[in-house]
Amino acid sequence: MSPPRRKKAASRAPVPEPNDEFWDLRLYVAGQTPKCLVAFKNLNELCRTHLAGRYRIEVVDLLEEPQLARGDQILAIPTLVRKLPEPIRKIIGDLSNTERVLVGLDLRPQA
Amino acid sequence: MTADARSRAERAASPRFVLPKTPTGIEGLDEITGGGLPAGRPTLVCGSAGCGKTLLAMEFLARGALERGEPGVFMSFEETAEELTANVRSLGFDLERLEKDQKLLIDYVRIERSEIEETGDYDLEGLFVRLGHAIDSVGAKRVVLDTIESLFSGLGNEVVLRAELRRLFRWLKERGVTAVITAERGDGQLTRQGLEEYVSDCVLLLDHRVDEQLSTRRLRIVKYRGSAHGTNEFPFLIDDKGISVLPITSVGLQHPVSDERLSTGIPRLDAMLGGEGFFRGTTILASGTAGTGKTTLAAHFADASCARGERCLFLSFEEGVEQIARNMRSVGLALEPWLRKGLLRIDSSRPTAFGLERHLTTIHRAIAEFDPRVVIVDPISTFVGGGTAADAQAMLTRLIDFLKSRQITAFFTCLTGGHEHLEQTEVGISSIMDTWLLLRDIELAGERNRAVYVLKSRGMPHSNQLQEFVISERGIELLDPYLGPEGVLTGSARVAQEARERAAAAEREQQIESHRLTVDRKRRALDAHIERLRLEFEAEQAAAERAIAQGMELEKAVATNRAEMARSRRASHGGAAPATRKPNPNKRARRR
Repeated sequence: MSPPRRKKAASRAPVPEPNDEFWDLRLYVAGQTPKCLVAFKNLNELCRTHLAGRYRIEVVDLLEEPQLARGDQILAIPTLVRKLPEPIRKIIGDLSNTERVLVGLDLRPQA
Repeated sequence: MTADARSRAERAASPRFVLPKTPTGIEGLDEITGGGLPAGRPTLVCGSAGCGKTLLAMEFLARGALERGEPGVFMSFEETAEELTANVRSLGFDLERLEKDQKLLIDYVRIERSEIEETGDYDLEGLFVRLGHAIDSVGAKRVVLDTIESLFSGLGNEVVLRAELRRLFRWLKERGVTAVITAERGDGQLTRQGLEEYVSDCVLLLDHRVDEQLSTRRLRIVKYRGSAHGTNEFPFLIDDKGISVLPITSVGLQHPVSDERLSTGIPRLDAMLGGEGFFRGTTILASGTAGTGKTTLAAHFADASCARGERCLFLSFEEGVEQIARNMRSVGLALEPWLRKGLLRIDSSRPTAFGLERHLTTIHRAIAEFDPRVVIVDPISTFVGGGTAADAQAMLTRLIDFLKSRQITAFFTCLTGGHEHLEQTEVGISSIMDTWLLLRDIELAGERNRAVYVLKSRGMPHSNQLQEFVISERGIELLDPYLGPEGVLTGSARVAQEARERAAAAEREQQIESHRLTVDRKRRALDAHIERLRLEFEAEQAAAERAIAQGMELEKAVATNRAEMARSRRASHGGAAPATRKPNPNKRARRR
C-alpha cells in the first residue's frame, strides 16, 4: 500500500498557553471494528472537553501498518498511547469509562 | 490371487496415514517423538522455572533455521532479544546472524501492568497483527511464544484473555505454522493458567529434580495426539551443544551378534575363557574389592585392543590420564605409544562432577567422536554414588544398549565393598553383563593374594578354576592353581606347596633311577649266565667232536690191521690175534 496514512483528527491549537503542556496522543486500531470506532469517538469527546486546543490525535491502523505495533509494544486493540507529555502511558479498551481514562492520562481535573 | 485378497494386500502395503511431523533437530527428541513435533500445530512445553523451556524452544527455531532452512519467529514475553541472544550464544547459536539472514525474528513483547490502564472492551488483535507481520516478514514456518502466560499478569481481563488465546491457537493452526508455546508449571495442573486446555495436540513436560545434590533434567511426552510416543521420562541435559534427550533402551535387544573373539591381553586368561577370550560386542564386568587389579586388567584389554589396531576409549573416573599411564608403565604396559598414535583415548572426570545423564551424554559424544571398538569404564560403581542405584542401573542399561547397537565391546570394572555378599552387591547390573570376571583377595597364612575366576561367560565354555595371579613388572600373570585342604593355596603357601611337590618329584625320580639300575644289573647277570652256559656247551661240543674223530681213527686202524693180519696169515682166518686189540673203552667204535 502507498505511504502510511495517519489521520490527523485534530489540529494544533493556534496559541498554546505557556503553562500548559502539549498532548500528543496516538490511538492504535485494527480496522474499523465497532470497538475501535467507539474508542475513537470517546477519545475525541474527551480531548475536546479536557484538552481543548492543545492536543493531537494520531490514529494508526495496524492492518495497514503492522510494523508499528512493535515500536509501541501494542498487544491489545484499541490502545491509546500518550506520547507526550512524558512518561508514556497506555490505555487499552474502548475508552468507555471516562473517569478511568482521565486517571490513565493523568488528566484528573485539579481540585 | 482374488481381487479381494489383492486389495487387502495393497492396503497392508500402502503406508498408513502418518501425522506430518516437524523435526526439532534436538538430539534425541526427534527419536522419542517419532520424528518431531506435529507439523502445523501448536505444541505446549511446560515446566517449572529454569527447566529449559526457553532453550528448548529456541533450539527448535535455531536448528530449524540452520538445518532445515525453515525461518522462525520467536515472540518473547519475558526476555529481550539481547538477553536471548546472549543466553544462547554459549550454545553456539548466533541469533544475530540468523536475524541478519532473515532466518529468525525475535519480537520482545513487553507488558508493564503499571503503564497500562484498562477502560472498557478490548481484544488482542494487536498481538495477532504483530505475530502475523513477523511471520510474513521472514516467511516463518516455526513460531515460539515464550511464555504467553505473562499476558495474564500484564492484563487484567481474564475472560478476554482466555477467549483471545483460544482464538490465537486456532489462528496459529490456520496459518499452518508449527508452534511451540511455553508455560509455567502450575499446582495440580500442567500449566498455571490451564493452557493445556487450548493446546491439545502435543504436550511436553520438562522437569528439573535434585536428588542427593545432583540435578537431573527430565522430559516426558504427556500427550501427542495422533502419534505413538514413549511415556517414559527421558533424561535430558543442557550443555555447550544445546539440549540432548537420552532415549531409554531405544534399541531393545535387537543387537547384532558377532562370533569374533577378542583377546583379554593375558594369554592364560584367554585360556580360561574358552581359549580365545571375549566375544566382540559383549559386555564384560570385572568386579572386586579395592586393589585387586581391576584397572590393570582393564589396561591389559586396552593394550590388546590397540595392538590389534582397534581404537579404545578408556573412561576413567578415578585416575587422570598421566596417573594411569604411569601406573601401567610400572607393570610393563606402555600406553603412551597408543595415546600418541591416537588408538587410545583416556577421558578422566570425577563421577560426582555431573549427574548421570550428563555423564551418559558425555560418553555418547565421546563415542560418536572417537568411534572406538572397545570402551572401558573404570569403574562403574562410582555412578551408584552419582544418583540412586535404580538411576545408575537405568543409565548403564542405556549405555550398554547403545554400545551393543554399535558392536562395541564394553569392559566395566566395579568396585565391591566388604567381603560379605560380594556377588550380591552387583546383582542389579550383572544380568546385563555377558561376562563377569571376579577378582578376589585371598587371605591365607598371613598373606593377601589375588585370584581371578570367571563367574559367568555367556556363549563359551569357561574355566571353573579360581586362579591366582600376580602383578609384576610384566603385567598380570596367572599362576598354576594349587588346591589344599583349605582351598586354593596362594602366595607363600603355594610356594611351599610347590617346594613340597618338587621334593616329591625328586624322590620319585630317584626311585625310578634305582629301579632302572636294578634291572640293568639283573640283565647283566643274566647275560653272564647265558655266556657261561654257552661256553660250557662249546667245550662239551669240542670234546665230543674230538672223541668222534678218535673213534673214526680207531675204526680205520682196526680195519687196516685186520687186512694186514689176513694177508700175513694167509691161511687161516681164525688166527685172529686178540693181543693186537687195544683195551679201548670206546663202545661206539666197537659196536660199529
